[in-house]
Amino acid sequence: MTIKTDYVLDAKGLACPMPIVKTKKALKDLASGEVVEILATDAGSTADLKAWAGSTGNHYLGTVQEGEVWKHYIRKKGGEDREEMSYPKTVKNEELGKRLDDMITIIDVREHAEYAFNHIPGAISIPLGSLENRLEELQKEDEIYVVCRTGNRSDMAAQLLSKHGFANVTNVLPGMSDWQGKTESL
Amino acid sequence: MSVTTWTAADVAKKVINKDELFILDVRNQDAFADWKIEGENIEYLNVPYFELLDGVEPIIDKIPTDKDVLVVCAKEGSSEMIAEMLSDEGMDVYQLQGGMKTWSEHLEPVKISDLKGGGAIYQFVRLGKGCLSYMVISGKEAAVIDATRMTDVFKDFAEKMGVSIQHVFDTHLHADHISGGKNLADETGATYWLPPKDAVEVTFSYEPLEDGNQITIGETAIQIHALYSPGHTIGSTSFIVDDTYLFTGDILFIDSIGRPDLAGKAEDWVADLRESLYSRYRELSEELTVLPAHFMITSELNEDGSVAERLGTLFARNHGLNIKDEDEFRSLVTENLPPQPNAYDEIRKTNMGKIVPNEEAQREMEIGPNRCAVR
Repeated sequence: MTIKTDYVLDAKGLACPMPIVKTKKALKDLASGEVVEILATDAGSTADLKAWAGSTGNHYLGTVQEGEVWKHYIRKKGGEDREEMSYPKTVKNEELGKRLDDMITIIDVREHAEYAFNHIPGAISIPLGSLENRLEELQKEDEIYVVCRTGNRSDMAAQLLSKHGFANVTNVLPGMSDWQGKTESL
Repeated sequence: MSVTTWTAADVAKKVINKDELFILDVRNQDAFADWKIEGENIEYLNVPYFELLDGVEPIIDKIPTDKDVLVVCAKEGSSEMIAEMLSDEGMDVYQLQGGMKTWSEHLEPVKISDLKGGGAIYQFVRLGKGCLSYMVISGKEAAVIDATRMTDVFKDFAEKMGVSIQHVFDTHLHADHISGGKNLADETGATYWLPPKDAVEVTFSYEPLEDGNQITIGETAIQIHALYSPGHTIGSTSFIVDDTYLFTGDILFIDSIGRPDLAGKAEDWVADLRESLYSRYRELSEELTVLPAHFMITSELNEDGSVAERLGTLFARNHGLNIKDEDEFRSLVTENLPPQPNAYDEIRKTNMGKIVPNEEAQREMEIGPNRCAVR
């Protein structure tokens, strides 16, 4: 599985505490919402990164083990604190959950690494930042549901789609942070 | 001020002497909750190293200045960093060489007793994991019982004592730690004994250890009698050495008894466990000294760091030997059991020779406390 990220940190061969010291440094240079991939060979790095992310408010996405190397994914906190969402047409998670077998399009606008570890079956991954360049992949007349982690990025995505003439777009609230239905990973 | 490094042996002495000690454990909270350096006069503070990357000021006030302060982490890297930071703040601190990884592997040899006809019994106390191994020495020969995977310790000790290891025994197929028995036997040319009922799936050759086997060590003929005592596993076998010492394996401990569920057979083995503890052991002399394969808490250690008690005393004091009602006994050993040991299924497979993990993986599998007993 290849997961797209904004930055790759090579912490291979480094023992504790260096993987976390370096991750902390790397996150400083990233923008809020960006994702770092950390390559580590220290077996203890998974539990520690998870706990560290939890205590600092950053978002631990998941870990993939490939042979002797652990690939950890962390998304920098922040960037989702807009005061209010303004796109009017919304549904709750549960309502979308009932419609998964229908002819609808679900767009997951979170970062690719977030999508990789956990997404709604059938959802397409188009991160918010690349949505404007990928509009031709979508049909204007389709019934489109936009989902992210907490509803903010999907709110912006829904507005963008609407501005480009997509008529039937709905924002899903609150999004994957509280999704109780089935999920898939890559 | 300064940072001084303590070895696991230094810390072991502190634990055995019941010295006062303050441990700043900088591993993550789950790791600390699962397993730590135990001792009767140890005070703890657990703050993960990654919460102190910007400085140790937030915890300075919580660290005492009137006792030794030991900084501990998983493998030493983080404790070194935090200890330096504390030193920069003007404190004198110690840090554990090799971290919990080394602590888990440290064996502290303690002499149990001389034997009647010459020779002696030594117990190897693995404080970090609660495992007990033994070496019985007589003349120029030695036998090792329930060896841990750190086989060099036994080889070095035998060399120091000027004896050669002739026999290596496992009282049963272990599920909580990786046995060094087969490797030690191969490395020393000794005979490796394992109870055949526990060895049905093993992939290597061994000598079947059966009820009534008698093995002689050395010129003074220290005899080892095998006594079939199933319950923790179906093959569990006790030994009587020199008519004085009862090696109980994981059947009977000082303050607890063996659990029958680690091979998934709790219900089947309850009756065996009861029979072993309440009938077979009852027929033995109460003057025997019990030498178990584990301890659970450091209060089970005697003054000198050994773990040993008269059988008669255990009949009087060990709760697990004093449950008259069979149903109550059944529920004690099959219900509300403590969590199963970390990776116990993989450990059993390793001990059968079915998988051969590398050393790093073996260490990881053994991380965590011993959980072979029920109280």
